[in-house]
Amino acid sequence: MNFVVPDFYPAAAEIFVAVMALVVMLASTFARSIARNLAYLLTQATLIVAAFITIFTMEGEVVLTFSNLFISDLLGDVLKLMIYFSTAIALLYGRGYLADRKIDKPEYYLLALLMTLGMMVMVTANHMLPMYIGLEMMSLALYTMVAFDRDSARSTEAAMKYFVLGALASGLLLYGMSMVYGATGTLEFSGVAQALYNQTANQNVLMFGLVFLVAGICFKLGVVPFHMWVPDVYQGAPTAVTLVIATAPKLAAFAMAVRLLIWALFDIAEEWQMMLMLVAAASIVLGNLAAIAQQNIKRMLAYSGISHMGFMLLGLLSGVVEGDRHFALNAYSSAMFYAISYVIMSLASFGMLILLSRAGFEAENIDDFKGLNKRSSWYALMMLFVMFSMAGVPFFIGFFAKLSVLQAVVAAGYFWLAVLAVVMSVIGAFYYLRVVKVMYFDDPVDESPIHAAPEVRVMLSANGLAIAALGLAPQALMSLCAFALLRSL
Amino acid sequence: MTDIPLLSLAIWVPIIGGLLVLATGSDRNAPLARMLALAVAVAGFVVTIPLYTGFDVGTSAMQFVELQSWVPRFNINYHLGVDGISVLFLLLNAFITIIVVVAGWQVIQNKVAQYMAAFLIMSGLMNGIFSALDAVLFYVFFEASLIPLYLIIGIWGGANRVYAAIKFFLYTLFGSLLMLIALLYLFMQSGGSFSILDWHQLPLPMEPQILIFLAFLVAFGVKVPMWPVHTWLPDAHVEAPTGGSVVLAAIALKLGAYGFLRFSLPIVPDAANELAPLVIALSLIAVVYIGFVALVQADMKKLVAYSSISHMGFVTLGFFMFNSLGVEGALVQMISHGFVSGAMFLCIGVLYDRLHSRQIADYGGVVHTMPKFAAFFMLFTMANSGLPATSGFVGEFMVVLGAVQYNFWIGFVAATTLILGAAYSLWMYKRVVFGKVANPHVAELEDINGREFAFLAVLAVCVLAMGLYPFPFTEVMHASVNELLRHVAVSKL
Repeated sequence: MNFVVPDFYPAAAEIFVAVMALVVMLASTFARSIARNLAYLLTQATLIVAAFITIFTMEGEVVLTFSNLFISDLLGDVLKLMIYFSTAIALLYGRGYLADRKIDKPEYYLLALLMTLGMMVMVTANHMLPMYIGLEMMSLALYTMVAFDRDSARSTEAAMKYFVLGALASGLLLYGMSMVYGATGTLEFSGVAQALYNQTANQNVLMFGLVFLVAGICFKLGVVPFHMWVPDVYQGAPTAVTLVIATAPKLAAFAMAVRLLIWALFDIAEEWQMMLMLVAAASIVLGNLAAIAQQNIKRMLAYSGISHMGFMLLGLLSGVVEGDRHFALNAYSSAMFYAISYVIMSLASFGMLILLSRAGFEAENIDDFKGLNKRSSWYALMMLFVMFSMAGVPFFIGFFAKLSVLQAVVAAGYFWLAVLAVVMSVIGAFYYLRVVKVMYFDDPVDESPIHAAPEVRVMLSANGLAIAALGLAPQALMSLCAFALLRSL
Repeated sequence: MTDIPLLSLAIWVPIIGGLLVLATGSDRNAPLARMLALAVAVAGFVVTIPLYTGFDVGTSAMQFVELQSWVPRFNINYHLGVDGISVLFLLLNAFITIIVVVAGWQVIQNKVAQYMAAFLIMSGLMNGIFSALDAVLFYVFFEASLIPLYLIIGIWGGANRVYAAIKFFLYTLFGSLLMLIALLYLFMQSGGSFSILDWHQLPLPMEPQILIFLAFLVAFGVKVPMWPVHTWLPDAHVEAPTGGSVVLAAIALKLGAYGFLRFSLPIVPDAANELAPLVIALSLIAVVYIGFVALVQADMKKLVAYSSISHMGFVTLGFFMFNSLGVEGALVQMISHGFVSGAMFLCIGVLYDRLHSRQIADYGGVVHTMPKFAAFFMLFTMANSGLPATSGFVGEFMVVLGAVQYNFWIGFVAATTLILGAAYSLWMYKRVVFGKVANPHVAELEDINGREFAFLAVLAVCVLAMGLYPFPFTEVMHASVNELLRHVAVSKL
C-alpha cells in the first residue's frame, strides 16, 4: 500500500484555522496577563485571514482531495465566508457582554475557533465521516460555550439539555449513516449517489437510514419535532452565546442538509421531500403560534427561528416535482438565500439584545424594549428594520427571502403549503409588531442611556442598514447563491 | 421633457425628503423639521404637476414610462407608468400631503420630525403604488406603506391606538399575502414575467381565474374596505391622529379600489364577470347597511369612517357595472371622496384640537362661537351627502346612472344612499353646529385661525370646482377607461 501525499492546497483555510486554534490555546496559557485581549484579537484576525485564504484559494470548480473526503467547491466557499463573517460579528457583539459578566476568558475564543473549524469541516465534507466529525467538533464547542457562565444554574441546565439531546441526535445521525452504508456500500456522497442511480441499493435499508439522517439534520436546524432544545437553550445560554448558536451553525446545518440530501440522496428526493414537507409545515405552525405567547424575547426569537428554518426547508423540498428536476436549482438557491438572510437578521436581533444589556442587567424580556424610541430613536429604527424584515415586509431582505421561497413552492405546485405559510406569516407578524409596539408606542421604564462600545454601535448600525440595503438590491446575493449552487452541482 | 424621470421624482422626492426630515432628530429642531417637511411636500407636489399638464388624453397607453431591471433573477423590473386611471391619484396624493403637513403644524408637538417623515415617506410609497407596472414593485410599495401608517396610528393616536394599529396592520397584511401567492402563480403561468401589462394579455382557464380573483378580492377588499372585512377602518380612523385619518380616507382606501382596476378586471375578466353579482351584493350591503350604521354613531370620526365605507361601496359598485358611466363615476367618486372625507376629518380635527372630544353629544351650538368654521363644515357636509354642485354629487350620480343602465333595481337600491348620506351627514351637522350652546366649553371655542382657514379654503375650492366643472377630471380618464372596458369584454378563456 503506497501512501499518497494529499493536496493540502484546497484545505489551506481549515489548516490555518486549526493551527491558529492551537496558537490561541498556547497564548492563553503562557500570556495570562494580556490573554483576554490577545485571544480576542487573534481570533478576529484568524477569521479575517481565513476569509482571505478562502477567497484566494477559490477555484470556482469542484476539487476533491484527501482521498475524496474533502470537497472544495463554490458552495462551500460561499458558506465558509458567511460563517467567518457571522462568527466574527457575533464575537464582536458579545465581547462587552462577556466582559460585563466576567466570563470573557480566553478559552471562550478558543472554543469559538474550534466551533468555526468544525463548521468548516462540515461544509467541505464529501464523505459522511468528516461530516460527522465536523458536526461533533462544532457541537461539543457549542455545548461548552452554553455552559460558559458556569455559576449560572440556568446556563448549566441549558447546556446539559443541549448536550443530552444533541448527543442523541448525533447518535441518530450516525445510525442513519451506517444504514446508508449498509444499503450502498459507501459513505462517500458521490458514491452513494452513484449507487442510487444504478439502483443497486437496498431500498428498505436505505429508507430506514434516510429517516434517521433527516432526523439528525432536523435536530441541528432546530425544527419540529426536534425543536425542544431550541427555546430552552436560547433562553438559558448567555445572550452572547445565543447569538453564536442562532447564526453560523444554521449555515453549517444547511450545508449538511444540502450535502447529505442533495449531493448524496438526490435520487430519492421525493421521499425526503415528503418528510421535510411535514416537518416544515409543523415548524411554521408551531414556531409562529408558540412565539406569540412568549414574554421573553430570547424565547420568542427561538420560536421565530423555528418557523424561519421551516420556511427555509420549504425551498429545499420544492426541488423535484414528479421526477421533474427543472426547478431544483431555483428552489435550492432560494433556500440558501433564505438561510443567509436569516443569519443576517438573527445577528442584528440578538445584537440589539446585547446592546440593551449591561453589567447587572439582562435585556431579555420584550418589555425591556419599552420606549426605545425615546431612549434612542436610531437603534429603535434598526430594531424596526429587523422586526419588519423578519415579518417579511418589503424593502427589507426578509421579504425577498420569503418571496423567493414562496416562488419555489408555487412553482412546485404546493399551493396549500404556500397558503399555510402565508397565513402563518400573518400570525407571525403579530409578535414582531408587538416588539415594534413596545419600542414606539410605550413609554420607557428604564431611562438609562445606552452605552456600548463604539465598534458595536457601528457594526450594529451597519447590520441594520444592510438589512434594508439588501432589501433594496437583493440581486447580488440571490445570484451569488444560485451561481454557487450551479457551479457546485 | 420626457427625459426627466417624473414618476421616479414623484416617488423618491418625498421619501428622500422624509429621511432628511427624520435626520433633523429631536424635538429641539421641530421648527426646522416642520419647514423642511413643508418644503418637501410642496416639492413633491410640484414634480407631479407636469404629469397632468404633459398628459396626453388621447391615448390609453401608459405614459411617462420608466423601465429598468431591478432583480433580474426573478425578472422583477423597476417599471413605472401612468394612464388615465392612475395619474389623478398621484396629484391627489401629493396635494393631500401638503394639507396633512400643514394640518399637523401646531397640533403635533411630540416627535415632530418622525411624524412629518412618516407622512412624507408614505406619500412617496403611495405614489409608487399608483405608478408601478411591475407586480412585485406594486406589492413592495403596497406593503411598505403599511409601516408608516402603523407607526402614525400607534404613536400619535388616541387611547386605544395599539389595538387599532395592530388590527389595521394584520388585516391588510393577510389580504396582501394571499395576493402574493396569486402573483407568484401568474408569474409561473406567464413564463416568468411580473409585468402587469403582460398579464393583461395572458390567457387563463376559468378555475384559476376564479381563485386569482378571490385572492385579489380579499387583498383589495380589505383595503377598500368592503363589507364584511371593514371593521378595521372605524377603529383605525377613530384612533389615528387627524393627519392619519386624512391620508387613510383620502389615499389609502383608494389603493384597494385602484387594485381592482389594475389587477382584477383586466387580468381575470371572465372571473370578474362571473363573480360580479357577489361584488355587487357586497357593495350594496356596504352602501345601505353601513349607511344605517353611520346614522347611529355617537362619535363624529366613527360616523365619517362609516360614511367612507358606504361611499367606497359605491366605488366598487361602479366598477362592476362594466360600463363607462359606472367606472368613470366611480373614479370621480374616488377623487371627490379624497377631498371631501379628508376635509371632514380635518373639520373634526379642528374641533378635537379645541375640546379633545369627538362625541357629538359634547357639542352643540358651535356656530355661535365659530361661524367661519361652521360655514366650511356646512359645505363639506353637503358634499358628503352628495348635494348637486359639489364634487360628491358628480360621482354618485354617474354611478347611479351606470347602475340603472345595468339593472334598474340595483340602481334603485344604490340611489338610497343619497337619502341615507344626507340623513347621517346633516343630522350630525345639526347636532354639532346648531342649537343652543349647552356646554360651557363650547362657549369658549375660538374660531379657526389663518392656517386652518387656508387648508379648509383650498379644499372647499377643490370640492366646488370639481362639482361645477368635472370635465378636466373625466377627460383624463376617458380613453383609459374605454380601453379597460373593451379589454374586460374580451374573454381570456
